[in-house]
Amino acid sequence: MRKAGIVWLALLAALVMAFAACGRDDESGGGEGGGDPGITDNSIKLGGSYPFSGPASAYRSIEQGAQAYFASVNAEGGVDGRKIEFVTLDDAYEPPKAVQNARRLIQEEKVFALFNTLGTANNAAIWDYVNKEKVPHLFVATGASLWGADVDAHPYTTGWQPDYVTESQVYADYLGEEKPQAKVAVLYQNDAFGEDVLNGFKKAVEGTDIQVVAEESYEVTDPTVSSQMSKLASSDADTFLNITTPKFGAQAIVAADKLGWKVLHIINNVSASKLLVLEPAGLDKAQGLVSTAYFKDPASPDWADDDAMKEFKDGLERFEPRANPEDPNCVYGWSAAATMVEALKGMKEPTRDALMDSVRNMDTEIPTLLPGINVAMSGSDDAYPIEAMQIQRFEGENWKLIGEVIQAEH
Amino acid sequence: MTSPRVRISVICALAALAVAIPFLFGPYRVGQFTLVLVYAVAVLGLNLLVGYNGQISLGHGAFFALGAYSAALLIEKANVPHLLAVPAAGAVCFVAGYLFGIPALRLRGLYLALVTLGLAIAFPQLIKRFDGLTDGTQGLTVAQPVAPSWLGLADDQFLYLLVLAFAALMFLGAWNLVRGQLGRAITAVRDAEIPAATLGVDLGATKTRVFAVSAAYAGVGGALYVFAIGFVAPEAFTLTLSFAFLAAIVVGGLATISGAVFGALFIEFVPVYASDVNDALTGVIYGGVLIAFMWLLPEGAAGLLHRVRGLMARHRDRREWASEEKDLTPEGGAA
Amino acid sequence: MERFVQVLVDGIATGSIYAAVALALVLIFRSTGIVNFAQGEMAMFSTFVAWGLYEAGVPLGFAVLSTLVLSFLAGMAIERTLIRHFEGGEVLTLVIVTLGLFILLNGLAGWIWGFENRAFPSLFPDDAVDVVGVRLSVESLGIVAVLLGVVGLLFLLFQRTKIGLAMRAAALNPESSALVGVRVGTMLMLGWGLAAALGALAGVLVAPRLFLDVNLMGSVLIYAFAAAALGGFDSALGAVVGGWVIGVSENLAGTYVDFIGADLKILVPLGIIFVVLLVRPAGLFGTREVARA
Repeated sequence: MRKAGIVWLALLAALVMAFAACGRDDESGGGEGGGDPGITDNSIKLGGSYPFSGPASAYRSIEQGAQAYFASVNAEGGVDGRKIEFVTLDDAYEPPKAVQNARRLIQEEKVFALFNTLGTANNAAIWDYVNKEKVPHLFVATGASLWGADVDAHPYTTGWQPDYVTESQVYADYLGEEKPQAKVAVLYQNDAFGEDVLNGFKKAVEGTDIQVVAEESYEVTDPTVSSQMSKLASSDADTFLNITTPKFGAQAIVAADKLGWKVLHIINNVSASKLLVLEPAGLDKAQGLVSTAYFKDPASPDWADDDAMKEFKDGLERFEPRANPEDPNCVYGWSAAATMVEALKGMKEPTRDALMDSVRNMDTEIPTLLPGINVAMSGSDDAYPIEAMQIQRFEGENWKLIGEVIQAEH
Repeated sequence: MTSPRVRISVICALAALAVAIPFLFGPYRVGQFTLVLVYAVAVLGLNLLVGYNGQISLGHGAFFALGAYSAALLIEKANVPHLLAVPAAGAVCFVAGYLFGIPALRLRGLYLALVTLGLAIAFPQLIKRFDGLTDGTQGLTVAQPVAPSWLGLADDQFLYLLVLAFAALMFLGAWNLVRGQLGRAITAVRDAEIPAATLGVDLGATKTRVFAVSAAYAGVGGALYVFAIGFVAPEAFTLTLSFAFLAAIVVGGLATISGAVFGALFIEFVPVYASDVNDALTGVIYGGVLIAFMWLLPEGAAGLLHRVRGLMARHRDRREWASEEKDLTPEGGAA
Repeated sequence: MERFVQVLVDGIATGSIYAAVALALVLIFRSTGIVNFAQGEMAMFSTFVAWGLYEAGVPLGFAVLSTLVLSFLAGMAIERTLIRHFEGGEVLTLVIVTLGLFILLNGLAGWIWGFENRAFPSLFPDDAVDVVGVRLSVESLGIVAVLLGVVGLLFLLFQRTKIGLAMRAAALNPESSALVGVRVGTMLMLGWGLAAALGALAGVLVAPRLFLDVNLMGSVLIYAFAAAALGGFDSALGAVVGGWVIGVSENLAGTYVDFIGADLKILVPLGIIFVVLLVRPAGLFGTREVARA
């Protein structure tokens, strides 16, 4: 028996050597045009990873908005005659799945670029790999300030939305004008998102008379935030900064109302959705709520006659009929896709490096963003595409924009 | 039963196949198979505890996470070489498992399951709490092992083979364990505690030892996970993972060694195929497949294999008897 | 002092949420002897059905009642068609099947109704009473009343009716029960049906506060398990008291013990379970198991 075993092992070793010598069919690089993969004379392939299942699945409507935009561009002939194919995979909001999706998109699907991958942890998990492969990693769907902070180490990665630090700066500016002595109580989600906004806010109010007098955190896995709200309401704050995701934002609004806690209530952009937060909570409780915006609200009558929004609603109905046109996530996806198309249009050559050049030097207006807010970057000095927001206040049945667009450069 | 020679040839063939994988597939697939090996090690550990020893644990994900974070921190913050990080992570989890196993002695069945469930939930919170050390929800990127240039292998191939080597060692260890004295004690404790105690088996020591070994396996799995993915964050180690491990041991076959590989293949590939079929219906398909699998193969895939082998053996025996009978009958005559 | 009482009251309000789901878990355990991982998702699914009926114009009370009936029937059907096949086999196989059901229902609900969260109307008026400086919402009082009512009804069912006795027998010892003429299959179906209906009730009680979405029960389930474990898996009253203890202790710890803070808040109920199970595994109100050799 032993002898047979040894013979087998020897055969095995020989096999391994033979295989190692052959190597395998390594198809890296080389699309049909002889240039970068994922781009031909009549097509461009983009890749994305979204949470179609799992706890963050409410964000899947972002993908719907993006697909609708690409489809509408394709219906008009595409970008310079190239039709866009946006391949999306599910990662259930889990980093290991995001890593595998990135590998699959780059190695098997051979996409030209990654677009709008969602989630701070997910993007952090993949950006080293994606940058190593020199694949553009554009307009990631997360507001973490991380993406613009270190362009040299990760030259292929960019954010898109105003990041959380910008947002908190805008709130600090607003309070500085309206309530310079504000005493602020904060409810925040205990993860990178919540901490980013909270820390950004604290930094922005340093040296002013605005103070954070109470802070309470909650976990995404908590059923309710009622006890946190109870504690915050019993502090001596006269302002409430609500840094939550939609479900908890709604709970916080209701809790504040039930507790009779009538203070200036600032709610962060992620939870400012009328559809997902204010309507479930009850519009009557949302009066006077303050938040920020950077794109046009699909539910607001102010934009009912706006050409860009009409185009958006048409496009959604034609190409993604299952999507809800009042869902701001759809506008988000649509606007991000529009930015992607502008970047593609700006390419001087059909290569990834040319795409990165185009992106790093962008300065354009996207019709579905608020007037006065443009998407601009300049080389590695300014790596944040959108750095402006406008304050909005909820009155009656809708958000009303107030004041001017506030620029909050990094 | 199949003869030892057939067995060894089968094992060698499988081993050859396993080694050949990085040369037959592209980097993405190889990465998937690497993860299968990672999960298989963790699932093997859980099977020792649940299948062989009958203690239900819903918290295996926590030990996996502990191993992953131990390895990640050692590699990134203490500059420990990759190869050392694996046994180190295993050791940390061995101790943790032992410590957990002691109070767990007092619990059985449902209650043990609940307490381990609590562990699985608590662990990500602890990771966040100590974010000074762990970088909390931002996650920690860890340098992955790089193929030495003299081997002429691509990084993903080298990684796969490295993980394969560790996995093979762990499997060999489990195989030995199960056949040895501790293994017999383990199954005796599951099947008949009182008689086992009468025969001199130290129930308490056996149970805690199994917990420790099982946790160590999860820890090694976690360290290998860090090699394969290169990133750790609390979101990667939620309850879903513990449930997946549990599903893997049942799908693969309780109390089997080979079952760990089947189970790992299941939990790695089925969700991907489910979302490929229809990404709106991922959950429905995955849940449905799981239920269907249990309906058709309650003993798991390994159970099916055993049955097939049994059938083949009986078939072969029957043919032998039949040919013997023919020899005995008079020539030209029918029986 | 007022603060303390408020924290207590808030804890009971939150704890009632856990208790409601725990009751369904206990019911399944008492009548079938297994732990059903899919209990929460079944409850969530039922709540969506109620929502659908309400959105279609059905008055709330009627919508809820119909949902209870539908859930009862659905629970029975699930037992008969799916679970029955696995009874008598390996316990773990059945646990995995309920896990599969959990994943399936979660995905199905998302596919039918989408993943966004929405409001669910409350069965109780939106008022609050002020008692000695402490604010009590009518809704919380209502939930507590319903919970205690259900506990009472379950007590009557299991301790005072023949059917209840038969159900308990079928769960504890199917073989012997069959021998004395108990229709074990039917009893199991009844158990699942009742638990499903109870879960639906829990869902409609809880959804107004937590908001209805596919992950409604995801976070609650763990706490519900903890509550049931604390109170004793075969005691309905235990489930309710267990829920309250967890809600209160978590709130107290989060408020008064600083180094715990919100991060580790969840360790409090888990820690309690651990200690209770070590000292008294049957839970506060459960019957002690006598292990025979």
